[in-house]
Amino acid sequence: MHITQETAERHTLAILVDNEPGILARIAGLFTARGYNIESLTVTDISEDDRISRITIVTSASAHVMEQIIAQLDRLVPVHKVTDLTVLGAHVERELALVKVAGKGEQRIEALRLADVYRARVVDATTASFVFEVTGGTEKIDKFVELMREVGLVEVARTGIVAISRGSEAA
Amino acid sequence: MTEKSGADILIEALTDLGVEVVFGYPGGAVLPIYDALFKQKRIRHILVRHEQAATHAAEGYARSTGKPGVVLVTSGPGATNAVTGIADALMDSIPMVVITGQVPTALIGTDAFQEADTVGITRHVTKHNYLVKDPARLGATIHEAFHIATSGRPGPVVVDIPKDVQVATAKSVKYGTIEHKTYRPQVKAEPSLIEAAVDMIAAAERPIFYTGGGIINSGPGASQLLRELARITGAPVTSTLMGLGALPASSPQWLGMLGMHGTFEANMAMNKADLIVCLGARFDDRVTGRLDAFSPHSRKIHVDIDRSSVNKNVRVDLPIVADCGRAIEDMVRVWKSRQYPKPDLSDWWNRIEGWRATRCLDFPEGGTEIMPQRAVRALCAATKDRAPIITTEVGQHQMWAAQHFDFESPNKWLTSGGLGTMGYGLPAAIGAQLGNPKALVIDIAGEASIQMNIQELATATQYRLPVKIFILNNQYMGMVRQWQELTYESRYSESYSDSLPDFVKLAEAYGWKGIRIERPDQLDAGIADMLAHDGPVMVDCMVAQLANCFPMIPSGAAHTDMILQANEVSGTMDDEAKALV
Repeated sequence: MHITQETAERHTLAILVDNEPGILARIAGLFTARGYNIESLTVTDISEDDRISRITIVTSASAHVMEQIIAQLDRLVPVHKVTDLTVLGAHVERELALVKVAGKGEQRIEALRLADVYRARVVDATTASFVFEVTGGTEKIDKFVELMREVGLVEVARTGIVAISRGSEAA
Repeated sequence: MTEKSGADILIEALTDLGVEVVFGYPGGAVLPIYDALFKQKRIRHILVRHEQAATHAAEGYARSTGKPGVVLVTSGPGATNAVTGIADALMDSIPMVVITGQVPTALIGTDAFQEADTVGITRHVTKHNYLVKDPARLGATIHEAFHIATSGRPGPVVVDIPKDVQVATAKSVKYGTIEHKTYRPQVKAEPSLIEAAVDMIAAAERPIFYTGGGIINSGPGASQLLRELARITGAPVTSTLMGLGALPASSPQWLGMLGMHGTFEANMAMNKADLIVCLGARFDDRVTGRLDAFSPHSRKIHVDIDRSSVNKNVRVDLPIVADCGRAIEDMVRVWKSRQYPKPDLSDWWNRIEGWRATRCLDFPEGGTEIMPQRAVRALCAATKDRAPIITTEVGQHQMWAAQHFDFESPNKWLTSGGLGTMGYGLPAAIGAQLGNPKALVIDIAGEASIQMNIQELATATQYRLPVKIFILNNQYMGMVRQWQELTYESRYSESYSDSLPDFVKLAEAYGWKGIRIERPDQLDAGIADMLAHDGPVMVDCMVAQLANCFPMIPSGAAHTDMILQANEVSGTMDDEAKALV
């Protein structure tokens, strides 16, 4: 007997939740308990009065499972709203990475040149290292990190994806 | 304004919410609450003998009365023992509020004595849960917990209260109706969807109503409305295990239960229908059998209060998110306003009568042995004038009770459907008896299941509850044995009930009456003895050891591949079927 799996599609969800203790565990636990996967998860307070957080989750699932994920999230008591930005259409996705590179001589100059091409900013510098700050879509960050590997990559920190719909309306 | 302790605020909130009975067990982390309980007269505390039983008793109370069940247990093992019953209530949508004690806030996270992360452990077996760290928030939290437990799709809510929060004081506030900022269950259906549903029912040639526990949860009115909907449309009705009693078993339109141990006519009608109207059920795997062969030619309407139940297992053509009682009421009104005549379904009914003619629930008589099905029918016949409340444990006896006991009204059938918890029946019967002091309450049990919460015999004795236990004793974990017979060529691995107690003596040791029935000619008299005794009675009814529960749709099979007779059993299954539950 073999176990078969459905083909999955990548979706970005924006979830508005009450800022209550345990809410992140509730959401992350829902994903593990029901066998959904999380590719990326970010969460921060976004309200004036510290009451509402916005969680951005990137997941991949079949259309059928996606419908379930949204319904399951929506029925959690502290959840205000779940939006599937991928289905909604045009939206902007960004993540930020801090990339530490160490090296000397030509390697160092090459790192700076590449950083310039990728519009990465130098946020820390020593005679032997740089820390670059770079923002963009996941692919761009992936590519930048890959290039940095060749010029002395030491460490990477990434935020995961945040996303928002295009246009004047809230999603 | 005077301040009150957290414990007093809790008791005040429970009193204001109309709580009459609390099922619980004291311990270190709830002593302040128990002291507050001691000083009041409005709420009755029922001392169980194990916290799991408190949760099942609360379920039995809730299911039989329609009111939420309330549980009070201590921290650590008190809370973890309650987890099974909480999970059971979640699966079967039973309104329940569980108050758990917790170590003082300053000790949380230090591995203190009897500390457990109760909100963490119960997060995924509750509809919602809370850790209350401020006595000023306690009253509002309790009110909110009841609102969430009882509205929308009902379920269990846990409120974890650290001991210092029970002792600390705060202003006591009165609370009115809860307007939750995010939680707003949809109870009223979109009118256009109701109209579409009514048109589909009117146009169908082979319609069937497939009803579930949602109708029971919606209240007795929903069952009355279902009867009206069935009457005006003339369509057959089947139901899940959880929905038995919504339509009277004596109705000519009643096909019996559907699913794995459902009737031939119910499953065949589901398979051949051109329209399935699912009301408050959730297309559970026990009901659908093999999904790709489930009712292949039908259009499907699904009314459910929980949007996540819609399209979860089976894609439907017309999903309606609403309380099913309200939706049925709307359907009846629209049907009447459109002056639809009762459709002519005589061809459809002719086919159904053909399936009924197989008499799938018939069973061979056992000669000198009592057939378990016969015992259930005898019990049903002897008690039908008293509209008994029946609880069960889990296994063959549960399915025989579902098949052979005729339920004429809702809230009379209490069983662990979704989680399938052995040990549910006795505490549930205790809870039901407390909620219905005058009712005849019988736990139809198996000899294995009953031992899982046997300690509750003492609870019934203490509170003089005249509950009856009727054990179908076949000396096997019968359903396990049946599956081993069907799937593993009768290799009965660990399914024999060895070293059984003498149930009659055991009953007597707890102050119960004990009766043993061993032969068919003792059956009616034994039942009459049980009913004549006004205290608790445990009947040990010895039944045919190797009887199987049929009809049965083996796992992974379609509705049309039902096993009707023992001689159709092959004894093996392929790996795909073996991997299914």
